[in-house]
Amino acid sequence: MKKNKTQMAAELSRQEAYVKSRRQYKRRVFSMRIIIFILFLLIWQFSSSAKLIDSFFFSSPIKIVLCFWELFTKKSLLMHIGITLFETLISFLLVFLVGMAAATLLWYSSGFSEVAEPYLVILNSLPKSALAPLFIVWLGTGTTTIIVAGISVAIFGSIISLYTGFMQVDPEKITLIYTLGGKKTDAFKKVVMPGSVPIILSTMKVNIGLALVGVVIGEFLAARRGLGYLIIYGSQVFQMHMVITSIILLCIIAMGLYLLIQRIERYYASHL
Amino acid sequence: MPESLLQLKNISYSYHSLQTETPALYQISFHIDVGEFVAIVGPSGCGKSTLLSIIAGLLSPEEGTIVFHNPDGSLSYPKIGYMLQRDHLFEWRSVYQNAILGLEINKKLTQENIDRVLTLMKDYDLYRFKDKKPSELSGGMKQRAALIRTLALNPQLLLLDEPFSALDYQTRLTVSADICNIIRKSGKTALLITHDLSEAISLADRVIILSKRPATVKCEVPIRLTLPDDSSLAARNAPEFQYYFNLLWEALSDEKK
Repeated sequence: MKKNKTQMAAELSRQEAYVKSRRQYKRRVFSMRIIIFILFLLIWQFSSSAKLIDSFFFSSPIKIVLCFWELFTKKSLLMHIGITLFETLISFLLVFLVGMAAATLLWYSSGFSEVAEPYLVILNSLPKSALAPLFIVWLGTGTTTIIVAGISVAIFGSIISLYTGFMQVDPEKITLIYTLGGKKTDAFKKVVMPGSVPIILSTMKVNIGLALVGVVIGEFLAARRGLGYLIIYGSQVFQMHMVITSIILLCIIAMGLYLLIQRIERYYASHL
Repeated sequence: MPESLLQLKNISYSYHSLQTETPALYQISFHIDVGEFVAIVGPSGCGKSTLLSIIAGLLSPEEGTIVFHNPDGSLSYPKIGYMLQRDHLFEWRSVYQNAILGLEINKKLTQENIDRVLTLMKDYDLYRFKDKKPSELSGGMKQRAALIRTLALNPQLLLLDEPFSALDYQTRLTVSADICNIIRKSGKTALLITHDLSEAISLADRVIILSKRPATVKCEVPIRLTLPDDSSLAARNAPEFQYYFNLLWEALSDEKK
């Protein structure tokens, strides 16, 4: 008995040691990331202060902070951020809805999916920025054009990956539905949909990034507001601080949107 | 003589591809009586599963007819429960939700049916796990849950497509005995496909041997074992067991030459 207890204690401490070393490793990875970021900022700031690089072209962390403050107070930066975010979220939602509807339709009819396949492949590999001038002519400059540009970048890939995901569902599970007297609709509702949730979520993760890409392309060409507009405007008037500040804000938005979907994914995984 | 529930007459079926036609079943005829437990054995790939799919109505035969005689005299297609090789319990549903899947699909979620599912779960020791996920169950419990899902629709004929083949040997012996007891107790008619001869002998009243592809009925062997009790584990010790085993073995070995 006594031996057993000491054994258990030893095992427990070994477990504790393992947990501790894992935690330490995680902490080290995290601090390494922070250190690299700070080092980058320091080197950047130092080389521009010491005139190793021309801060007119390459800006510097301090100038970016100042520029951020100026944009924030005088040029209604929040409005630009809000516009870009709004357009991105609307295109993302539309991509999601249209993508799901189209993938469902393709799943229902194998004939339809075979007919549509070459079109989807071509449209998916087409560089969507090439379409932007067309959208401007058709829809004018404004929010609609930008949202359509955002949709055009993400929609075809999203249809293809959702459809592929739907088709990967174990055919025997679908047979099971038929053996229980179900129809194709039951197979979709009871097997394909719930079984594809992980794929739907990972497609959403890709799509939200792509929608942002499309929106920024649209704003380059056809906008008076938004971060894409600030970037183009900044480069035209040689305000590199403004360009870089906007790019950094785009980085933060992209990260935030990604984390949002990841949250949903984790929530789903833990509630399964 | 009990009336046969199901009668197959000269069933033939072929698989088609652009290159060739592969005959799978050729002129298969047999019958199953009400309350009977029939096993079908045959060389692997001989079309056993195709046969079950045809009986279940998932495929239509290219030739031949299937006749059902409902005990109640009605002409409607009898309710058939089909148990697949793997349990296919859905991980996004609890064990209970999996069990009522068939009721849900057929919109038969009446209190009476739900109570019956719950009674089945209590009888077969799954009630404690009703809110668990399928992955938390052992292989045998999963198979029992799959059987309850099939029985929930109260089928008149049960089709079992090697339902034990995914289990390890020990679990397989107990689970097959278990499930056989469940089926016999509920008085269901059952048709079991297996490639395990001892399983066929210990579970079935009659064994039908199919030839290699294209499958035809080679012979039928009624099984009569003298048993102290009704357990199918004991069946393996019955004095006639070895005799039947050799009989089936020879019939099948002929086929493989």
